[in-house]
Amino acid sequence: MYRYDEFDHDFLAERVAQFGDQVARRLSGELTEEEFRPLRLMNGLYLQLHAYMLRIAIPYGTLSATQLRALAHVARRYDNGYGHFTTRQNMQFNWIKLEEVPQAMADLAAAEMHGIQTSGNCIRNVTADQWAGVAPDEIEDPRVWCEIIRQWSTLHPEFSFLPRKFKIAVTGSPHDRAAVRVHDIGLRLHRNEAGEIGFEVMVGGGLGRTPYIAKTIREFLPKQDLLSYLEAILRVYNQLGRRDNIYKARIKILVHALGAEKIAELVEAEWQQMRDGALKLPQATIDAISTHFAPPDYPTRDPMPPQLMAARLRDPDFARWLRSNVAPHRVPGYAIVSISLKPEGAPPGDCTAGQMDALADLSERYSFGETRVTHEQNLVFPHVAQEHLPELWRALDALELATPNIGLASDIIACPGLDYCSLANARSIPVAQHLGQRLGALDRQHDLGNLQVKISGCINACGHHHVGHIGLLGVDKNGEEFYQITLGGSAADDASLGAILGPAVAYDKVVDTVASLVEGYVGLRENGERFLDTYRRVGAAPFKERLNAAR
Amino acid sequence: MTVAHAVTANRLRDGIPVYRTEDGGWSPQFSAVGQLATAAEAEAIAAAAGAVNGKDAVVGAYAITVEVDGAAVRPTSLRERIRAEGPTVQPLAAMRKAS
Repeated sequence: MYRYDEFDHDFLAERVAQFGDQVARRLSGELTEEEFRPLRLMNGLYLQLHAYMLRIAIPYGTLSATQLRALAHVARRYDNGYGHFTTRQNMQFNWIKLEEVPQAMADLAAAEMHGIQTSGNCIRNVTADQWAGVAPDEIEDPRVWCEIIRQWSTLHPEFSFLPRKFKIAVTGSPHDRAAVRVHDIGLRLHRNEAGEIGFEVMVGGGLGRTPYIAKTIREFLPKQDLLSYLEAILRVYNQLGRRDNIYKARIKILVHALGAEKIAELVEAEWQQMRDGALKLPQATIDAISTHFAPPDYPTRDPMPPQLMAARLRDPDFARWLRSNVAPHRVPGYAIVSISLKPEGAPPGDCTAGQMDALADLSERYSFGETRVTHEQNLVFPHVAQEHLPELWRALDALELATPNIGLASDIIACPGLDYCSLANARSIPVAQHLGQRLGALDRQHDLGNLQVKISGCINACGHHHVGHIGLLGVDKNGEEFYQITLGGSAADDASLGAILGPAVAYDKVVDTVASLVEGYVGLRENGERFLDTYRRVGAAPFKERLNAAR
Repeated sequence: MTVAHAVTANRLRDGIPVYRTEDGGWSPQFSAVGQLATAAEAEAIAAAAGAVNGKDAVVGAYAITVEVDGAAVRPTSLRERIRAEGPTVQPLAAMRKAS
C-alpha cells in the first residue's frame, strides 16, 4: 500500500494546524460564516440537517488496518459510534461537532487520512476497481495510476477552482466494477494490437440532473502520457466549461454540447503543446509508485482445501455466502471476500466503530491487513486463503457482517437522503430498508440473481439511480415524498441509463410497486436472464402495466 | 389548525438544529420555538441572526412555517420535522445497542 513520505506528512500537519486556527477564528467570531464556509468545505466539512458532516477520502478505496482503526476511533470519540461508507468509496461521519473537528483531523492525519478535496470544484478522490490487484481478469493494477493522479491533482493550483467538481475512476479489468463510464473521466487499462498496455480515455460521463454515458475520446493512450493528457482535458474544461449556470457546469455538458470529436480535437491540440514536457512520466517514477502496490508475498495454499469442501457440504448458510460473497482470486488457493454492509433492515453502508475495529483485526489475520471499500457501499478483503474461508465467515457472522447478498436484490445502494442530507427531497434509507426486507428473503433473492436497486433522495443522484437495474429517485410533490422509477440502467461495462417507467409513486406505495415489477420479471424471464436482460429483451410495456396497476 | 412562522438555524459550535425562542434566544428544543405572525418578520430575524458571535452563535438561519393546533406545534414540512425530531431511521450503532 502507498505510505506517505515526509512531504505528505509535513503538508498534512500544516493543513491540520491551519484548519485548527481557522476553526478557532470562526468560533471566536473573527471569521464570518461566509469567509469560513469555503475553508471548511476544502477540508470536507459540510453542514447537514442535524450536525456537521465530515467526509474522509479513502484513495482508490484502499484501507490499511491502521486506517480502519483510525476511522473507528473517530466514529467512537467524535461521532455517534458509526460511520457511513459512500458511493465514492469515502467515509462520512454525520454527527461531528465543529469545535472537535481539528482534533479529529489530527487523529486521522496520524493514520495518513484527510478530507481535502472531498468537496469543492476540484478533482475529487480518485476511485478504482475494488478488486484491483487481485481480479483474475485484470491487465494491470489501476491503483498505481490512481496514486499518480492523486499526487498530481492534490492542490493542483490550476484546477482548484474548476467550473464544477471533477471525478475520475480507473479500472484495470475488462469487466468494469468502477463505473468508469459515469465519471467525468473514466480510464480503462487495456492492450493495443501491439500488446502494449495503455488507457482508453472516456470523458463526459456522469449522473445527477443530466445523466450521460462517457464518450471515448482516445482509444489508446500510452501510460507515460497519462498526466499530460489529463492536464490537457482539464485545461480545455477549465477554459470552456460553463460557469454561469451550476446545472450546466460539469464537463459532461461541454462534451455533449460540442461533441466528442470536437472535444478530442481540442484536447489533442492542447496536449501536443505539452505532451513531452514536465508531465511526461519517467519509467522510474512509475516503477517507484508501483512498488507500493506490489502484491503481498502469498504463501502457497491448497487450491482445493478439504476444510472448505467439508464446510460447504455441512453448512448451507456458509455455502450460500460462498456463492454470493466470495469470488475467484488471481492466485490459486486464495479468494476475494466481499463483506456486505447491507444486513436486513439496516441503513446501507453504515458500519459501527466496533465492527470497524473488529474488521481491522480480521484483515490482519486473513487479508494481509488490507480492506477495500466498494462504490456499492460494501467492503472487501482482497487476499483471503481459501482454507480460512470457513473461520472468516464465522467471525464475520458474529459481527453481523456475513449477509450473503452481494449483487442481489437487498444489496441496495442508497444515499443518506432526507434523513441526513440538506439537499435531499425524499428519504432513501427507509425505502432501502423496507425494500431489502421485502425482496431479501434469502432463498428468494438467490433465485432472483443479480439485481441492482439504487436509490437517490434527490436529482444529484448520489445513490446512482440512473444506473440501477431498478432506480428510484425521490422527488417532492407538494410536500409529499414520491419516487420516480427508472428501469434498465447499468454501471458496468454494458453501461446504460435507465428509462423513466411512468409517473412517480408515493412513499407508501413504492415498495409494493417495486416488488410487483420484480414479480413481473420472474414471470417473463428466460433461462439465466437477470432482471436487466429480461427488461432489455421485452422492453418497458409489461412493467408499465404493473406500475399503473400498483399506483 | 393555523399556520404560523418561526426561525431555525444550526448552532455554530456543534451544528445541531436550534429554534429561535420567544425571548430572542436559541433552543435545541423545538417545543421552545417562538411563533411569529408573518413570514417577513421571521425572515428579518433570520437575516440578522448570523451576525451574533459567541457561545450561542448560529449559522444558516432561515424562516420556516409551523402548524399550530391548540397547544401542539409542529413544523409544516417533512424536512423540518426530521430536523426537529431526528432521522426517521435508527442509525446502525443504535440498532446494535438495542439488540
